[in-house]
Formats: sequence, structure tokens, C-alpha cells
Amino acid sequence: MLIYVARRLALALVTCAAISVLTFIIIRLPPGDFVDAYIANLAASGSSITAEQAAAMRREYGLDRPVPVQYALWMARVVHGDFGVSMMWRRPVTEVIGDRLWLTMAVSIAALFLTWMIALPIGVYSAARQYSIGDYIATTLGFIGLAVPNFLLALILMYLGFRYLGLSVGGLFSPDMAQAPWSWAKFWDLMVHLPLPACVLALAGTAQLIRIMRANLLDELRKPYVVTARAKGIGETRVLVKYPVRAALNPFVSSSAYLFPYLVSGSIVVSLVLGLPTVGPLLLQALVAQDMFLAGTIVLLLGVLTVFGTLVSDLVLMWVEPRIRLQGRA
Amino acid sequence: MSIAATSTEERFAQATQLQLTWWRFRRHKLAVASLIVVGLFYLVVVFADFLAVTDPHATDARRSFIPPQGISLFDENGWNPHVSGLKGVRNPKTFKLAYTPDPSRKLPVRLFVRGYSYNLFGLIPTDRHLFGIEGGEAVDGIFLLGTDQLGRDLFSRLIVATRISLSIGLAGVGLSLILGILLGGVSGLYGGTVDTLIQRLIEVVRSIPTIPLWMGLAAALPNTWTVTQVYFAITLIISLVSWTELARVVRGRFLALREEDFVIAAELAGASQLRIILRHMLPSFASHIIAAVSLALPVMIVSETSLSFLGLGLRPPAISWGILLQDAQNVQVLAGAPWLLSAAVPVILVILAFNFLGDGLRDAADPYG
Repeated sequence: MLIYVARRLALALVTCAAISVLTFIIIRLPPGDFVDAYIANLAASGSSITAEQAAAMRREYGLDRPVPVQYALWMARVVHGDFGVSMMWRRPVTEVIGDRLWLTMAVSIAALFLTWMIALPIGVYSAARQYSIGDYIATTLGFIGLAVPNFLLALILMYLGFRYLGLSVGGLFSPDMAQAPWSWAKFWDLMVHLPLPACVLALAGTAQLIRIMRANLLDELRKPYVVTARAKGIGETRVLVKYPVRAALNPFVSSSAYLFPYLVSGSIVVSLVLGLPTVGPLLLQALVAQDMFLAGTIVLLLGVLTVFGTLVSDLVLMWVEPRIRLQGRA
Repeated sequence: MSIAATSTEERFAQATQLQLTWWRFRRHKLAVASLIVVGLFYLVVVFADFLAVTDPHATDARRSFIPPQGISLFDENGWNPHVSGLKGVRNPKTFKLAYTPDPSRKLPVRLFVRGYSYNLFGLIPTDRHLFGIEGGEAVDGIFLLGTDQLGRDLFSRLIVATRISLSIGLAGVGLSLILGILLGGVSGLYGGTVDTLIQRLIEVVRSIPTIPLWMGLAAALPNTWTVTQVYFAITLIISLVSWTELARVVRGRFLALREEDFVIAAELAGASQLRIILRHMLPSFASHIIAAVSLALPVMIVSETSLSFLGLGLRPPAISWGILLQDAQNVQVLAGAPWLLSAAVPVILVILAFNFLGDGLRDAADPYG
């Protein structure tokens, strides 16, 4: 079990390192460096800096050194929580991002729980009552969920809400709560607004998990031990829940490991459509304005948090699913 | 045993693998229907300009936001397919000239009419189109799906967008396939440390949230790049992430086949490794790869659509489904012109068709099972 945890942890660290390299590439990709962009930015607003000041800035940020050294310097600063200054907002990046990162995670985690909560019972139901009306409805909904990209679903919902209910669906807070400091009332407001974006996000993942759960449970139900259990006169519900559902959980669990990155990814686009105060809209603005420190930081933090979110969900699932614990020993 | 049964069995025993796969596939009705749908879409890709009615790039401020307009097949004199011409009406309050359909002006719809010029298959210069109106003024046209803000015909744009949206999927899958077969093959064939390393790499790639990463990479593309350069760069970015699923399938097949008797027999007979892979192993997992490809294609299409929708993928004047949907981003605009959402229909249809097709192919891939 410890081996399994250690392996997961090592993998998470390697992934974080890979994400940091990719982020660095993103920051470095646009032609010119940060100081060039900064000078251009200053020139646009009418002020300028001297060549000496520019050179001093380059030295300070290490831009005159080789690229690997630059990466190391950047990482050293990042580890200390210094993500640089946003050119667009002229404020430290951490300040600009503020609550948005946590709200992104809140939406994604809500979607993750929703996916499990919907997919598990429906998957079990459609396997237990194969070819019933309920099964057909679930399968059809599953295929629709698979085929409609979630940003499109958000768009359609927005349109329907606006057209027929006359209200603007979207946002995570009521207008009077958006600027208010955190309080229980604001928290409750968030809880009220969370289900819609979470549902939009969860639909695609739910469809996938329902299909996996249904297929696996059907395989299990055909096995002789189920017949034996039935022959012994055990009630149908008990037969179902006692062994086959537990056995069918394994692939379900292993395929949900990749659900979290998928949901975080989706939340970025959905946030843009629904106007959620998450990092999504901020990331797009930053990228369009080539505010690379802000964009890079968002990608980095999002990536690292996702990796740790996946790690935590893996560990929770390991606690639920004894067979995974045994895998580590093999 | 009857003679008929014997001949069926014989037929089964003599059939090639391809035939068996096809027979198995044919039983999956939904997959066959999906194959037809996908085929039709690719026909549209080939004949896009021929099917388009008006030049998809031609703007005309006068016909901004014209609602969808049907073709009336009959009039009082019997068979006479026609559409209404447009008439300028001055709004009494705002004094703006607004163009609306005028039923009194009938424009005949004909087959194989002359329209804007283009190159058929990119080679033959022509100006024939499947259908269009004869006569009429510059502002007139057939607007089956309405027009956008700049007065461009949405139907024609949708048809032409199909070309980019579906071909970018193919190009992306081609690249992922090369990466997937190479890395998956090496992983499955050699095993050991190489296998472990590649498997870890796949896990790392899969646990990175893709969209923010794509956005970052796509936004870093220089603004000065041409449409073609951006097209290939986006293809590359998308396939950098999606090769993992294909690699997983290829590795799995290699691992399963390595132990098969016929592979060991070929090895003992002294066949070279390349010959074993190409001659003995490849035919038995080609169908699995095709199935995996048809399941990977919709993912690519959605990726391109989302990126272009955000304004980070392809850029106008390129036309793709994502770029068309970009116009539908604003709810206020959408409420006034709901037909702008029509680009969502082919997206959903194609993704659904590819998924059913992939499911059918996957079931048919192992005809001996």
C-alpha cells in the first residue's frame, strides 16, 4: 500500500515538473521577451524607460542568461510564491487571480461529485433492468451527453433561459453578492448557483461512466456466482449490491482517475460561456493580451492543483477499493 | 444437417478476415447508418464549393441578419421553385433601411447555375453550383439558414466550414496515429524499462488539463502566420495530447499478440522482426486501430471547435464550425438571430455518428470472438 502511495506521489511530482516546463515554454514562446513587451506596453501609455533601465530589468529577471538558467531562476521564484507581475493589470499575479482559482476548483469538484452521484445509480439501474424503458432513456441521454460538447450545451441552456424564462443564466453569485466579502450568506449564494455549471460540466463525464458501469455490471451479472446467489434465494437487491456492483466498481474507479483533469479543462470553456468568475475568462484575456506571466501562472497553478486533486481522489478511491491497494504489492 | 447450414458454415470458414469483419459490422444497424452519415459529410467536404450557394466570404451590409428562408416549390401556376427577393423598407422610427423578404418578387431557383468561381477539387476552375437563383439583384440570394451580421449566407459558410473542421480531424488523427503506433509499438514490443517509461509518460500527459494548455500554446502562435500555418500548428497542438489513447490500444494489442502461437511460429521460422510485425501482427490489429481512430476523430473535431470558438484556434478568414459558433457567443445577439446556432447541428451529428461508427467497428474488429 505504501508502495502504491509512493508511486502515485512520485508520478504527481513528475507531472508537476512537466507542467512547469510546458508553462515556461508558453511564457517564452511569443517573440521578444517580457521586457520588450513591458516597454511596448509603456510606450502605448505614453511613458518610456531608458536603455539602462531595460538592461537592469533584464538582469534582474535573468533574461540575459541561457534558457535553462532562466527556467531555474523562474522556478526558484515560483517556489517562493512570487509569480511575477501582470502586465495587463500592473499588479502581482497572485492578487489578480485571487479567489478565481478556488472557484474554478469548487466548480470542478462539484462536477466530479455530481458525475459520480449520477453515473453510479443510473449505471447500476440500466444494467439491472437491461432493455427496459429506463435503460433506453439512460442510454440515449448518455449518447447525447457524449455528443454535445459542454460549451455548446452551456450556450444552448443560456439561449433557452434567456428566450423562454427571460433570465440570464450564468454567474456564480447574485449581482449584489458578487463584490461582497466572504460570509455564510455569500457561501450559500455560491451553493445555490453551483448546480447549473456543475451539471453542464458533469454531463459528458457522466455519459462515459454510465456506459462503463453498465457494461461491467452486465459482465458480472452473467457470472455463475450470481446464479448461485439467486438459487440460494437471496433477495434481488441484496444479490445485486453484495457482490456484482462491488466487483464492477473497479474499472469504474480506474476510469474516473482521469475525470478530474477533464472536468477542469471543460470548466475553462464553460466558464467563458456562462460568465463564471473562475480563471477561465481571465486566462483568455491574458492570452489575448499576451500577458504571459499571468497566463503562465494560471496554467501552472491549474495544472498543479489538478494533479493534486487527482492524487487525492486516487487515494480516496484506494481506501474504498481494496484491490487497488493490492496492486501496489505486485 | 441440412445443405444450407453446411454451406453457411463453409462460407464462414472460407471468408477472409475482412469479409468476416464486414459481416459482423453489418449487423450493427446504427453503425451502418453512421457510416453513411459520415460518408455524406465527407462528400460535402469534397464538393463544398459546388454545394455552396453564395460566396461564403462575400459580405453585404444590406442583408445583415436575414432570417432563414425556405424555397417555395409551387406557385399558382404549378411547379415553380422560387424564393422571395429582398426589399428595402425604411423603419419609420429609426429611419434605417432594413431589407426584408418581399413575396411579390419571385426569383426562380434552378439547378447547375453559375455563381462565384472556384476550383473543383482544387484543380478545375468553374463557376457552376448545384443550385442557385437566376437573375435578381446583387442583394438577393437563397438564405436557407439565414445570414450573419455581415450578411454572409450561413448555409454556404456551414458547407465550406465542414471542409476545415473535418479535415483538421483527419490530419490530427494521422499525426497522433504515427506517434501512437511508434510509442505504443515500442512499448508493447520491447517491454521492460522502455515500456515503463512510456507508460509513465502517457500517465503524465493524461493528467494535465488539456484545454488551458492548448489555449496557452495556441495563443503563442504569431499573429503574422497565414491561415495554412495556423491550421498545421493547431493540428500539431491537438495531436500532441491525443496520441495517448491510440498508443494504449496499440500497446495492448502488441502485448496480446506477442504470445500468440502464429507469432512464435513465425519467429521460429526465422522471419525478421519487421516482417513479423508488418506481415503477421499488423493485419490482426489493423481493425482495432481503425476503431480507435474513429473514436479519436470526434475528440479532435471538438477540440478544434472549442479552440476556434474561444478565438484561439483558427482565425477568420478561415471558416470552421468553431468560428461560426463564435458569432453565437453573445446571448443578446443569439436571442435576435437564433439561426446562428445552426452550426451546432453538424457538430453534434458528426460526433454522434463517429461514436456509433467507432462502437460498431470495435465490436466488429474481432470477428473470431
